[in-house]
Amino acid sequence: MFRVTHQPIDLNEPVCYVTDPEAGAIATFIGTTRNNNEGRRVIALDYEAYPEMAEKELARIGVDAAKKWQICRMAIVHRLGAVQIGEASVVIAVSSAHREAAFAASRFAIEEIKKTVPIWKKEVYEGGEVWIGTQTGQEFKNK
Amino acid sequence: MKIRVKLFAILRERAGTAEVIKDLVDGSTVADLWHGLQKDYPKLDVPGIRLLYAVNQNYVALDYQLSEGDEVVFIPPVSGG
Repeated sequence: MFRVTHQPIDLNEPVCYVTDPEAGAIATFIGTTRNNNEGRRVIALDYEAYPEMAEKELARIGVDAAKKWQICRMAIVHRLGAVQIGEASVVIAVSSAHREAAFAASRFAIEEIKKTVPIWKKEVYEGGEVWIGTQTGQEFKNK
Repeated sequence: MKIRVKLFAILRERAGTAEVIKDLVDGSTVADLWHGLQKDYPKLDVPGIRLLYAVNQNYVALDYQLSEGDEVVFIPPVSGG
């Protein structure tokens, strides 16, 4: 299960998906939206994706993880659109026979998501907004 | 040849559109397309931005040669998670 969705993520769904009789462990990672960043008060977050490629890249992460570790199943669900503070923006679940592989693969997945998956986060804060990753100077602000 | 360009995030906002169809001469590369787009939409030139390039949902290099009907996306720094 590798997908992006505009709906709030049901945390049970990826966990149920990776449940496997061969597994002795399920590791989960939940990324949540924070109310502050670099000293700014964040009042809203908005995620945008190139959805077809984002899902393809998420699936590629699953394939790469399965080459590196002995995992049973993996699920990654990433939220799009407006996400309220404290809600889950991404959920990763990995099952494996032994816990080390599940921990390692879930860590790998979140690091890869931040590098290669075409999803962008806009932070709206008091007095402005910014696309994260492009805010290395005043000139990058879009407004 | 006709190339479909999809724009996202900061590039979509700067261009004021999410999709552009661009007519290019045969043999044009991703780099040629990007230069042409910047002429049409000068605000796409974000100083210092580091872009990645995708054709038909696969990452490619700037010198990748385009074909009729390709879908091209210029990918600003990603920030999912």
